[in-house]
Amino acid sequence: MVDWARAQFALTAIYHWLFVPLTLGLAVVMGIMETLYYRSGNEFWKETAKYWQRLFGINFAMGVATGIILEFEFGTNWSNYSYIVGDIFGAPLAIEGIVAFFMESTFVAVMFFGWKKVSKGFHLASTWLTGLGATISAWWILVANSWMQHPVGQAFNPATMRNEMTSFLDVALSPVAVDKFVHTVLSAWVLGAVFVVGVSSWYLLRQRHVEFARRSLNVGAIFGLIASMLIMLSGDHSAYTVAQTQPMKLAAMEGLYKGGPDQSLTIISGISPFSQPDYEGQDEPPFKIGVPYALSFLATHDFHGYVPGVRDLLDGYTKEDGTRELSLEEKIERGQRAIAALQTYRRAKKDGAPDDVLACLADRVQADMPYFGYGYVKDRSQVVPYIPVCFYAFRVMVGGGCLFLLLFVLVLFFLYKKDIMQARWLLWGALCCIPIAYIVSEAGWLVAEFGRQPWTIQDMLPTWVGVSQLGSQTVMITFLLFLVLFTTLLAVEINIMCKAIKKGPQL
Amino acid sequence: MTYAFLQHYWCFVVALLAALLVFLMFVQGANTLIFSLGRTADERRLIVNVTGRKWEFTFTTLVTFGGAFFASYPLFYSTSFGGAYWLWMIILFSFVLQAVSYEFQGKMGNLLGVKTFQWLLVLNGILGPLLLGGAVATFFTGSNFIVERENILNPLGDGEGPGVIISRWANGSHGLDALLNLWNVVLGLAIVFLARILGCLYIHKQVDDAAFDAHHRIIRPLMRSTWLFLGLFVAFLVHVLTCEGYAVDPQTGLVYMEPFKYLHNLVDMWPLAAVLLIGIVFVLFGILWSITHKTYKRGFWVVGFGTVVTVTVLLLLTAWNNTAYYPSTADLQSSLTMQNSSSSEFTLRTMFYVSLLIPFVLAYIVYVWQAIDKKELTAEELHNDHAY
Repeated sequence: MVDWARAQFALTAIYHWLFVPLTLGLAVVMGIMETLYYRSGNEFWKETAKYWQRLFGINFAMGVATGIILEFEFGTNWSNYSYIVGDIFGAPLAIEGIVAFFMESTFVAVMFFGWKKVSKGFHLASTWLTGLGATISAWWILVANSWMQHPVGQAFNPATMRNEMTSFLDVALSPVAVDKFVHTVLSAWVLGAVFVVGVSSWYLLRQRHVEFARRSLNVGAIFGLIASMLIMLSGDHSAYTVAQTQPMKLAAMEGLYKGGPDQSLTIISGISPFSQPDYEGQDEPPFKIGVPYALSFLATHDFHGYVPGVRDLLDGYTKEDGTRELSLEEKIERGQRAIAALQTYRRAKKDGAPDDVLACLADRVQADMPYFGYGYVKDRSQVVPYIPVCFYAFRVMVGGGCLFLLLFVLVLFFLYKKDIMQARWLLWGALCCIPIAYIVSEAGWLVAEFGRQPWTIQDMLPTWVGVSQLGSQTVMITFLLFLVLFTTLLAVEINIMCKAIKKGPQL
Repeated sequence: MTYAFLQHYWCFVVALLAALLVFLMFVQGANTLIFSLGRTADERRLIVNVTGRKWEFTFTTLVTFGGAFFASYPLFYSTSFGGAYWLWMIILFSFVLQAVSYEFQGKMGNLLGVKTFQWLLVLNGILGPLLLGGAVATFFTGSNFIVERENILNPLGDGEGPGVIISRWANGSHGLDALLNLWNVVLGLAIVFLARILGCLYIHKQVDDAAFDAHHRIIRPLMRSTWLFLGLFVAFLVHVLTCEGYAVDPQTGLVYMEPFKYLHNLVDMWPLAAVLLIGIVFVLFGILWSITHKTYKRGFWVVGFGTVVTVTVLLLLTAWNNTAYYPSTADLQSSLTMQNSSSSEFTLRTMFYVSLLIPFVLAYIVYVWQAIDKKELTAEELHNDHAY
């Protein structure tokens, strides 16, 4: 049941994430082009903006459709989760609806249907507000997701048996949320830019709409180059934050079994993609090639910093500040103590114990509460994420990011210094980068979410405690239904998109 | 602001969002008329496009309704969505089909053909209101679930499965049993016909008379839907006001059955009774005036206002005045009340401040709505401008 619930959520999220980055990325490109039209009055830019808006529209509907499923799947598939953390987690989702989703859906109608109904300025504002709405929407969703990675601004209330919010600002502005938002939105901008560059390259290869394609290439490549450079910075900061808040995720991303100071950053190693490696028996993966000291610097901003590996995290270790990280066995023991203390509290409450006794019992619950989730863990393998996915997805993400940076530099170089029409290899390369950008984008999502396993909420609630009580067959059926539905709709969308691209702008 | 005030306030906000959702399902109602009103491909396209500029409001309101319910009453969210799984999944499935059908149906290369997507819009037009109406009716009729918070402290079994789950459905139907209750179906069908009434009125208001004689075309489905809606709605209302309801003892929190509970609620909260009456009068007036006056095009707004008011009051009757808003037929004491299922005071207060943005959001929606609907939709617009 847990596996099917996870699979269904992953399926929906993977499909959703196919459409959202293009929405976020194209929103900026459209905005830039319509701004150029607004400022110059040149009809060329109007038609160019309208063309990219048409492609935006085809993509937008699927993003909306898959998004609604995701929101409700928290309740349908993860019922315990929804109750235990709903007091905190529900708020960002509600705010997303009120503040962002309405903005997006209101102004997108003006953007599509309002060209002859509203003024130029109002239309331009609507185009930007559509993008802004989508971006603010991303902000609140990522606040919610970041809270799952790094729960802050909350406390457990034994009287209600759930976690409750204590600081809205801590939740909304957590460093993990800020990093995640910046990195994710920038990655979406890069994907949008790759899409624009790739489609424009296709027109140049076919020698159609050459002027339109050259100008779109220019806007797309400049936008992409800026986003790519910024994403390098945000990626570095994200890695540092992960090291501080989710060291097991970092260890899995790096295939770091036995940690220590002076750690090298793995470029590649021989981890089998098909099975969990023997992290208990080996000190490091076979054929490891790395950059000396780089991982220590990435994780601690010190070339000699201590980076714990999977085994250190399971066995416990002493941190650089002298404090000791408990071993898994100790955490399990404390988790079980928290559960037992909570049972005592609930019995006392039911029996009508006086307030001072309840307060005393509540203190005992709180003492071990940081390890509450470990009370449900039975063995070491349960708390280690699936390393091959984290390891390879991380490399695909970083490698892809570097490839796109190179692409944008080359495109701009050939646009300004050479004749890009002659560089057919580059145009083909840009076209091929479109599917690669989607793979890279999904890889980033896999790193973030596989690395969090087995926790729905880091250290607080394992997946097997967060689920709903549904038979595995029930969820399997809906999984298959959604698989068929989403795949069919994706095929339809790709076909429509290809036809629209073939038809080209009405210039 | 006391905790009790915040609980009542958020109950009102959620009820209002649900009422707005029912109103905005005019989109679904109009979609059920695609093939009966549209005689040619162009006319069908006109009908699709007239609601195609509004479907996202319905969608967004559904999402916001879900989010607001989650934030303010998380135990409802976990119990209803995790329990009545199939009911909600079918609803979501139909809304997914709707979202893509607008965009895909008129596009080159849509693989499945125009008519397939238009039929999917019809399917959503029926299933959406029917199942959402049925789900809303369970606030009166009850659902088959059990809530046991202590289950979470039970990790010593096999560590997973039913042992640790707080809310669970007491039978294997996972929500489909709601459709076996006659009164759930009655309200569901009433919402279907109300949506058709609103859909007819919106088409009449927004389609250019030169494109087709909308008033002449809508009059028959409008009258049929009106009779069916009135019959079903009155039957449901009479049933609700005369049946036993789920009362809560404010001192102990215990839930018990009280004869005529919802009628008592109306009497105890008489201003709500007055508002309910006003809402019903608006609905009836809007329909009758639209039927009898060919050039009268404001019926959509009059009926819409009446719908929002009526549905809001009906939903408040299920929760205010010491009432269990999500009653359990499997275990009475598992029933959800505003007190035992709401978020913490801190969260409700925080969200209260966020909700102050709602009037601002409504203001820009009204402005944009007017800007887009200023002119009626013409056949030429479909050929000369962006259209589905």
